[in-house]
Amino acid sequence: MSHPAEGSNPAESRTRTLVIERVFPYPPEKLWRALTESTLLAQWLMNNDFEPVVGQKFQFRAEPVPNWNGVVDCEVLIVDPLKQLSYSWGSLGLGSVVLWTLTPAEGGTHVRMEQSGFRPDQQAAYQGANYGWQRFLGTLEQVLGGLD
Amino acid sequence: MVSGVKPASANPVFRALADPTRRAIFEELTRQGEQTVHALTHYAGVSQPAVSKHLTVLKRAKLVRHRREGRETHYRVQPDALAPMVNWLNLYGAFWRDRFDRLEAVLERMGS
Repeated sequence: MSHPAEGSNPAESRTRTLVIERVFPYPPEKLWRALTESTLLAQWLMNNDFEPVVGQKFQFRAEPVPNWNGVVDCEVLIVDPLKQLSYSWGSLGLGSVVLWTLTPAEGGTHVRMEQSGFRPDQQAAYQGANYGWQRFLGTLEQVLGGLD
Repeated sequence: MVSGVKPASANPVFRALADPTRRAIFEELTRQGEQTVHALTHYAGVSQPAVSKHLTVLKRAKLVRHRREGRETHYRVQPDALAPMVNWLNLYGAFWRDRFDRLEAVLERMGS
């Protein structure tokens, strides 16, 4: 589920946060490996040169598309084994922070992903305009289709 | 808690940009800044009446605005109009949900 904290004025400058949560039927140790081992991370998120070391700069790399080089620039901010992992996430003119929180839950692990720092400003709109339209509109269509 | 995009507000924008020629005109305006109808006609490679028609659709969707100067009409983008469309929360929401599904598959494959 996403829980966008939304203001009534789209032009306002305060930032907003995206939260996705899910309980996985596996112990925190296994989740932690999937989140922090570069080769495992590449299998579900993106190719990367991640190492769980605070202060380390790294990149996620997706297939380039027209007008987007596919690169996400990151820096490790928090490494608290089995509990919390955080890195900055910079791409397409959007600077944000991703925070993972693992909590033991009945029958598995509760995983919470919080991405914060969304500013609905003109820079984002401009960058969005330059993001390959075909792909972008395809995604948009899905997003709109998923709304009531 | 409100979902960011309302289809009612995004659809005119979506429809206006669904046409490849209009999208090309709009992209050209985001790249070059303000342009005359004359210059846009040259760029788009279609007739001036066709370009004017496309610009009218973009104008109705509030994606562009115009000003007249002498005989020339100048068009420029109105980036705010993209706000209902470029919704990072929704785009990244779809992105992360997809990645969570992939994570689940990876966890399954990892064994115990």
